[in-house]
Amino acid sequence: MSEVRRFLADARMVAARDLRIEFRSRVVVGQVVPFALLVLVLFGFALDADHRTLRTFASGLFWVAVLLSALLAVHRSAALEQSDGTMDALRMSGLPPAALFIGKATAVFVQLVLLEVVLLGGLLVLYGVQVVDPALLVVAGLLAGVAVAAAGTLYGALASGLGVRETLLPILLLPVLAPVLIGATRAFDDALGAVAVDGWAWTGLLAVAALIATVVGALAHGVLIED
Amino acid sequence: MADRYRDGVPVVELRGAVALLGTFPALAGVDLTVESGEVVLLRGPNGAGKTTLLRLCAGLVRPESGSVEVLGHDLVRERRSVRRRVALLGHATGLYDDLTVTQNVYFWARAAGLTAVEATGRVTAALLRMGLSERLLGQPVHTLSAGQRRRASLAALVVRRPELWLLDEPHAGLDQSGRDVVDALVGDAVAAGATVLVSSHELERVAGLGPRVVTISGGLVVDDTGRDDGGGHGV
Repeated sequence: MSEVRRFLADARMVAARDLRIEFRSRVVVGQVVPFALLVLVLFGFALDADHRTLRTFASGLFWVAVLLSALLAVHRSAALEQSDGTMDALRMSGLPPAALFIGKATAVFVQLVLLEVVLLGGLLVLYGVQVVDPALLVVAGLLAGVAVAAAGTLYGALASGLGVRETLLPILLLPVLAPVLIGATRAFDDALGAVAVDGWAWTGLLAVAALIATVVGALAHGVLIED
Repeated sequence: MADRYRDGVPVVELRGAVALLGTFPALAGVDLTVESGEVVLLRGPNGAGKTTLLRLCAGLVRPESGSVEVLGHDLVRERRSVRRRVALLGHATGLYDDLTVTQNVYFWARAAGLTAVEATGRVTAALLRMGLSERLLGQPVHTLSAGQRRRASLAALVVRRPELWLLDEPHAGLDQSGRDVVDALVGDAVAAGATVLVSSHELERVAGLGPRVVTISGGLVVDDTGRDDGGGHGV
């Protein structure tokens, strides 16, 4: 088997393992998704139940809810490798750290996409928004999902290595994701017809953020899990 | 890269190895050479440095100074070349609670580089070899007892067929039959030409293999007198 195929097979194996664990434990379905919906509802209460106001701010509220919920998913993903010696076992397995990173980020990405779909349903039902550019919505959602998953996996490993995962992760991760929040919100503003901006231009920023987070994460993960 | 180990170089060669846990010198300059096929029993009081020594040989602890070569490779520069050939059974199991026993062992077999066919062939055999009943194989690990988890953890190492076994209190948490399984496992590994470093307070269990006994205290090898006579010296 060529090196690339072996690498992809290793990454796929790690992603399948994380998703299988999630399927069994149902943390995302049972805790993260309800939390995200709760955030949307609370935003509704805080901003009054005026649909016009909610529609104006729906994109930003959506992505803030995604980022807050992503913290839980990332925390969960990092915690898997800290339980009962599993990180030592991973080190001893000889699994390439970059494949481990890509696999774990892929699993987080799949969970984030699920989360985004449910939250979008929440926007449609609770906030009364309408989608005017579905293609832009999908592209922006996927690119932002990749960026959040990759950066989250990287910073999850970093915070775990420092031994203060729960408290440090939000402080480290959220500032890094600020450009993603901005770009994804602008793109969604356009896709939902809330604000007249060129949403496709903002997907460029999301693509760059996704690429940087993925490449840096794959290169740095080995150092983080070893040291 | 040439594998000097194949040319008769010791399996483990430590020269003045110093390892810190925080700022505490857990190993204070250990010299130790282990030849291929040897069984080495590490003994010493709690906190002597046995666990750190085993983790150092696994490449999980960096030497602060001195040299550490395992299977002919420098562990600081080439640890990834070595690790797949080394098995470490520590105090933790290395198992994922929400996966079944079979899923865990299969994952570790594949992670160690086995093909799907190889892994499938070895996993069930290894689990049954460890005395785990077929009924348990499909159960999530979090439903198992500590002893059953220990056996599953050993199975995850057995499937890799390592050349060097590093066993840290392998009998801990096991009942009588589990201990017998561990003893048989070590015997099989030695018969297959593997090298074994084992830290154990149950000296009589390892004595049957005629191990070389190395006593560690205060992070140093204080006695390396040779074969155990089965007398089970207290420590």
